[in-house]
Amino acid sequence: MLTLTQALYDQIVEHARKDHPDEACGVVAGPAGTGRPERFIPMLNAARSPTFYEFDSKDLLKLYRELDDRDEDPVIVYHSHTATEAYPSRTDVTYANEPGAHYVLVSTADQDGLGEFQFRSYRIVDGMITEEEVQVVAGY
Amino acid sequence: MAIEVRIPTILRTYTDGEKAVNGEGATLAELFADLETRHKGIQERIVDDAKGGELRRFVNVYLNDEDVRFLDGISTALKDGDNVTILPAVAGGSK
Repeated sequence: MLTLTQALYDQIVEHARKDHPDEACGVVAGPAGTGRPERFIPMLNAARSPTFYEFDSKDLLKLYRELDDRDEDPVIVYHSHTATEAYPSRTDVTYANEPGAHYVLVSTADQDGLGEFQFRSYRIVDGMITEEEVQVVAGY
Repeated sequence: MAIEVRIPTILRTYTDGEKAVNGEGATLAELFADLETRHKGIQERIVDDAKGGELRRFVNVYLNDEDVRFLDGISTALKDGDNVTILPAVAGGSK
């Protein structure tokens, strides 16, 4: 199960809405080993595409250095699908390299009347997708 | 000739959990071949044999904070004391 605060939930949704129709992406970091998402880090989608996202390579290095220095984990890795459901695509599974992370997918398809708004979370380990419950709380 | 190589979480299964290992080589290609002798299996996760031994498209390698794609890729020259960081791309998408 993924537990996150309403504030973080809102920040992820707001980022996805703002970047629509391009995919939005980012990370929520938390203290290493706790699995608790705390620090919202929106990332630039270097692909600037409605069907693909990729963290800019320089930003990626900076992000991981920072996580290391602060002793944090990437607890959530999020991105949006802008015309399809919030379910991991084959591409998402191929490039899922953080077995410890919650992969959050948001669908902003509702903005173009192509589907419903969705906020869903998954574990992706060794190519296997497991959906999990999302619990939104006021605070930890 | 020692070069420190920082290993991402996903590849630490090849390094007994170590976050950083030492290796040697005059180029990145040689360095990864050297790592392979002690950490079997790691090379093919970084290098794409099907593409003539170039770096895999979705693996980023940095030499002293510079993305080696903007240097000489897999042929980038190394010197003693260099730092190499390997980071898988964070990527995906609906397609």
